[in-house]
Amino acid sequence: MVNKSGLLEIRWHGRGGQGAVTSAELLAQAAISENKYAHAFPSFGPERRGAPVLAFVRISEKEPLRIRAEITEPDVVVVLDPGLLTIVNVTSGLKKDGMIIINSRKTPEQIRAELGIKPAIATVDATKIAREILGVPITNTTMVGAVIRATEAVKMESIMEPLKHRFGRLADRNAAAMKRAYDETVILEEQAIGKV
Amino acid sequence: MSTKTGIEVSIAIGEVVKLTDADVIAAYPITPQTHIVEHLAELVSNGELNAQFIPVESEHSAMSACLGSAAVGARTFTATAGQGLELMHEVLYVASAMRLPIVMAVANRALSAPLSVWGDHSDVMATRDTGWIQIFTENGQEVIDNTLCAFRMAEDKRVLLPVMVHLDGFHLSHMIEPMLLPSQEEVDRFLPPNQYPLPLDPSKPLAMGDFGPPIVYTEAKWAQEYNLLNSRSTILEVWKEFSKVFGRNYSPVECYRCEGCKVLLFTMGSFSETAMSAIDNLRNQGIDVGLVRLRLWRPFPFAEVRNAFKDAEVLITLDRALSAGGPGGPVSSEIKSALYPLEKRPKVVSFVGGLGGRDINVSGFEEMVKRGIEISKTGSSKEYEAFGVRE
Repeated sequence: MVNKSGLLEIRWHGRGGQGAVTSAELLAQAAISENKYAHAFPSFGPERRGAPVLAFVRISEKEPLRIRAEITEPDVVVVLDPGLLTIVNVTSGLKKDGMIIINSRKTPEQIRAELGIKPAIATVDATKIAREILGVPITNTTMVGAVIRATEAVKMESIMEPLKHRFGRLADRNAAAMKRAYDETVILEEQAIGKV
Repeated sequence: MSTKTGIEVSIAIGEVVKLTDADVIAAYPITPQTHIVEHLAELVSNGELNAQFIPVESEHSAMSACLGSAAVGARTFTATAGQGLELMHEVLYVASAMRLPIVMAVANRALSAPLSVWGDHSDVMATRDTGWIQIFTENGQEVIDNTLCAFRMAEDKRVLLPVMVHLDGFHLSHMIEPMLLPSQEEVDRFLPPNQYPLPLDPSKPLAMGDFGPPIVYTEAKWAQEYNLLNSRSTILEVWKEFSKVFGRNYSPVECYRCEGCKVLLFTMGSFSETAMSAIDNLRNQGIDVGLVRLRLWRPFPFAEVRNAFKDAEVLITLDRALSAGGPGGPVSSEIKSALYPLEKRPKVVSFVGGLGGRDINVSGFEEMVKRGIEISKTGSSKEYEAFGVRE
């Protein structure tokens, strides 16, 4: 999914230490390897473990990227930590035809009913997958699988090289978690206008 | 062959410094420069770069160590930001006056108080008169290209001056983006070994930077200034040579869609690319405006600045620093003074904005241009306008 200007803007919500920046970096590197223009960056400032943090990715199919400002009107929002849903306004500025991708045990329908989110919603229980495959509840790489499934921003195979470079011998397990999240992601289309 | 790589700009700087086979890196980590020196420390520690990494206790010591290292003819690199650049301030003058070819990346950061780790050009402007060659960059590629150029400029026998490469803190230092990383072969072809002509040598003891009583001080400073002004031709030559090897061109003042424009916007650093998108939008709205960007801050490119603005009627400038109690933006102020001798010169409308990491987005630049055009017609009682400030 890209917007009218051929640009995909993704904002990641995580907590300091959960690796939101790494996810953003991997996705940008995969896009760059596909000869797209892409960049990734963290919310600027001092890092505090456990505090809500942001990371950003822009992917442009044709035009080089010039804008370096933080993304305030994202096409896609990714939520690594379901606990953030009630303490951070994660949908802030999210485009009407955008999508929110959440690490949650809940179905997209449940999320929509609880939070009234109208744009498309995708969910996957990334914590469970990460616990089972990686042995730790760190969901950043797992959630990249969900993002690739929901947005088709890059090909799954393009992420493997950046993953190997970043994680070395742990790359295979992270790839497995990513693939399982890709398979298990459930997507609910945006709510039709006029319906409640 | 250069390789297209998606990495953080700070890491890419470290990689390029590795390719220059730098001998000494003396640095103190400070946000947002940290990743540059962390990566270099890693490269030295894992043996990829055969250099001395001197982990000092402050930036004052970092620059002092660089003095000694450059004086024995070692290829010397450091990096800092904001308060760190301030803390090394007095030593900066010594580096340039002793003609020491040190290359320093500065991840531009605001100055305290209030404490801010975020980007602006306050730190750059405080070092304006230190006698260093200073270059602004707009994206990751320009950062690494100019880091490489900086070594060749600094170490050229006709120059022998320290060079700062300015990259906006966070907006450049923390960006993961595609860059063409040069190969070792390309770097070796472009950058000759450092042959400092008068290295300190224990067998031929001498003192550098010794007392300069009134009878010689003026001459010493004039010689230094003469040399800095003359470095200009070598800077241009190095950029030309760079273009031959890498195919990318740099010049002291660069234009974007400015031909024949009566209104020009003027910026420096990473916000310039955002401003380009605003220029495109304004053109689509029928507003005839172009963008001029400053690449070479010192030595100041008077001829290019005059040439870029001579036919414009309105010039709108943005400074990301404030000359407190003075004329507003330091760069705007210098441009006004450069234009003053011209018979026909544009009206200059100065803005100060983007301080302490505050973004100016595309619509912000559009608004700035429209406001600038309005002020050029109505006039203003202020020397400059603070852009986007809540009063």
